[in-house]
Amino acid sequence: MTALAALIRRDIKIALRVGGGALIGVLFFLTVVVLMPFAVGPDLALLSRLGPAILWLGALLASLLTLDRLFMADHDDGSLDLITMSRTPLELSCAAKALAHWIASGLPLIVATPVLGLLLNLDAVATGAVALTLLAGTPALTFTGMIGAALAVTLHRGGLLMAVLVLPLSIPVLIFGVAASQAVIVGPMTFGAPFSILCALSLVSLVVGPFAAAASLRHGLD
Amino acid sequence: MGWTDLDPDQLSTTSFVLIASRDPRDYQDAMTLIDLANPTRFLALTARLLPWLAAATVILLAVGLYQTSLAPDDYQQGATVKIMFIHVPNAWLSMFVWGVMSIASLGTLVWRHPLADVAAKAAAPIGAAFTFLALLTGSLWGRPMWGTYWEWDARLTSVLILFLMYLGLMALWRAVDDPSRAARAAAVLTLVGAINLPIIKFSVDWWNTLHQPASVMRMGGSTLDKSFLIPLLVMAVAFTLLFLTLHLAAMRNEILRRRVRSLQMMQASQRAA
Repeated sequence: MTALAALIRRDIKIALRVGGGALIGVLFFLTVVVLMPFAVGPDLALLSRLGPAILWLGALLASLLTLDRLFMADHDDGSLDLITMSRTPLELSCAAKALAHWIASGLPLIVATPVLGLLLNLDAVATGAVALTLLAGTPALTFTGMIGAALAVTLHRGGLLMAVLVLPLSIPVLIFGVAASQAVIVGPMTFGAPFSILCALSLVSLVVGPFAAAASLRHGLD
Repeated sequence: MGWTDLDPDQLSTTSFVLIASRDPRDYQDAMTLIDLANPTRFLALTARLLPWLAAATVILLAVGLYQTSLAPDDYQQGATVKIMFIHVPNAWLSMFVWGVMSIASLGTLVWRHPLADVAAKAAAPIGAAFTFLALLTGSLWGRPMWGTYWEWDARLTSVLILFLMYLGLMALWRAVDDPSRAARAAAVLTLVGAINLPIIKFSVDWWNTLHQPASVMRMGGSTLDKSFLIPLLVMAVAFTLLFLTLHLAAMRNEILRRRVRSLQMMQASQRAA
């Protein structure tokens, strides 16, 4: 338990310090959202209708962007080998690393959402709904993305290949995240049903992600 | 005395020599899967099997197409219903092939079967082709029936995700030059992707969408009339045989390709030395 807590603390510290790059994700999120009015035009009514979709897409891309760092830096300096060989089960270590990654790069996205909601002309209820769905859905993005990150590090190929592998897996999260936020803003569906499915997706990825990532690390590293 | 019923206490150097010197066929059980682990034996077997499989595929396809042409027009859909005799088998196979790849991936990760990754790699492009044909025929049917080529309906979306995952898997196979390394990574991804299969199967039951619910394989028997059901089943068997034929042929090609690769590498290393 202390080993896992130490691992989480270490990963958060590394991510927040110079060269960690956790806050780059927020900057990227901001840039994507700012780009949208240039693409669809500064029509505030249209922007507020597209708002949840834009925020979700931005958050998805931003969390994908930072996934590269989940195992790559540890692999480069050799600490990934130590983690693999340690007595703590690799599945738990993977889950701890993903949790630390989510705290360092997922939570800032949710904190930034209200500000970005203002830019997109979302009212307080809509912004709250988007932030809540992001809070429920981004763990699923991190934990499924971890599978792609583990594959990428064992194959020494990051970047585009990882995006191609991870994006199809994140489509269900996007569908239900946007559906739940739209349900609050325009109706006619209830908020509860898509939101529960979103939570279920996060819980399933919480179970599947660490096992798949640990399996690919165990079979792939040599 | 076989390999397994040796008492560990009796094991000595001499008994190892005894086992090793025996004809290898003695302690290879009758289990065909283990027999097939030998690529040469697999090649010999499939060389004999493939002509028969191909012939059976052609005959069944011909019978199925003939029966399809005899099948009556639907009272609502008219002649477009005949697209279904191609569409439905393709859609079934798009999921069946991922199932085959999942089993092969278990073979790679759990049992370390030497031909499992060959099977998984050879199946991916074929599965992608079946999925693409299912999407294509579906949208050609959807244009006159639903009035649109594409609809973001649960079944259509989940099959499209399946297609994207096939393409991603093929990209993964191509991105890594060492086949055994790529095999283990692809196996993990295949097993994760298998979660999509039940979602596709039950999407029409869970979400009330445009795509019609299951009518052939459902509790309480099929709702299809015999005049449609029999040609459909014949076509399904024909397409499954087509997959088997193509898959075995692709596996042969893959084995031969790997042999050529290792021969070339041996040649290159000899030339360097």
